[in-house]
Amino acid sequence: MKDMNPADIVGEYREQTLTYHDGTSRKVLVTDIETPYPEGRLIVSCTDPDGIITQCNQSFVEMSGYTREELIGMPHCILRHPDMPPAAYKDLWSTVQRGEKWQGFVKNLRKDGGYYWVKATVVPNVRQGKLVGFTSVRRKPSRRKVEECIALYPTLF
Amino acid sequence: MTSIFTVSPDFTPDHLSGWFIFNTWLQKAMDMHLHLQLYDDFDSLHRAVASDEIDLIYANPYDAAMLVRDKGFKPLVKPEGKADEALIAVSESSPFQSVEDLPPGTRIATTGDPDVHLMGMIMLEPADLDAGSVSLKHCESYVLVAKELIKGTADAGIFLLEAFQDMTSVTRSRLRVLVKSQIHVVHHALMIGPRLAAHRERMAKALTEMHTCEKGAGVLAELAFPRWEAVEDEDMEFMIDLMDALNT
Repeated sequence: MKDMNPADIVGEYREQTLTYHDGTSRKVLVTDIETPYPEGRLIVSCTDPDGIITQCNQSFVEMSGYTREELIGMPHCILRHPDMPPAAYKDLWSTVQRGEKWQGFVKNLRKDGGYYWVKATVVPNVRQGKLVGFTSVRRKPSRRKVEECIALYPTLF
Repeated sequence: MTSIFTVSPDFTPDHLSGWFIFNTWLQKAMDMHLHLQLYDDFDSLHRAVASDEIDLIYANPYDAAMLVRDKGFKPLVKPEGKADEALIAVSESSPFQSVEDLPPGTRIATTGDPDVHLMGMIMLEPADLDAGSVSLKHCESYVLVAKELIKGTADAGIFLLEAFQDMTSVTRSRLRVLVKSQIHVVHHALMIGPRLAAHRERMAKALTEMHTCEKGAGVLAELAFPRWEAVEDEDMEFMIDLMDALNT
């Protein structure tokens, strides 16, 4: 994945380097601007078994700040925010690889450097007994849960 | 041999005659005997499905998973441009201005419509409310949900958007919408059972072309949608995965 581009960022930002599970890394630029979760919407995306985005809905496009063309074919971790502890993603992957559902509260990174909180559920897609990918559905989280995560996540690094 | 066709008991009663007319049209188009059997509630429908009595069903998205994965049903078609959406409303005079204002112990009026109830409960989550922290009041129809709100015996109600829009303007004027879902991809579908599997392709073709003949278009007008759209197996699997994710 390419490093984030300062020209895409809105507001003052800081630079951090994220290292992913496969050993690759990416420079991300983050701001303190939160985009509120849109009322009544679901953010939906599908990936292949390797976590590459194959489908996403309009809410996903709008909230991520990327175009659909930029998203399809990219690893889902394009949305990974440096404030999210790696342990959360490790738990997500080990859960869904076992064929089980995973649910958690996630801070996602936007293309413009801002962020948005979601309550995410990831389900394995099994067809004729074979894992063909994952569907991820995000909904509006309660503010109390988000505040709990803001306090907890820094302790998990 | 007569096959049994049924319609999920969550449709609005206004369209009851439309389904009988549709059944007649489909029998002629397919040259087969279909008996439209309606069930009063989900329990009796689920018993009929469990004992393999049903061959064709206009199913709600909640039941689709069980029909596909446990009973070998396949999707045929869905109504074009008609997604299932839910909303949360309160009485016009309610002090609550947003979902987040609803406190624990809120009295929620709801129906037995499983997908609408599920979508409604998801829209209550931002207020930290779930089945354990609200008091649920089950009503037999959306009109009765509205009555509970207007009488003040419930604080908020979960409605199917279409049913809410079908209520009289007087009723609607006494209610206030707090939030409306915009999910777009959750929908009812006509599904075919294993005993009719050999007819799937022919039936799907007849249905997707139904709007092109005058009689077919008239029947669709009774059902209040313009045409049927094909649903592929993977489209249905996607919706089942989505409902599975929501039901967590």
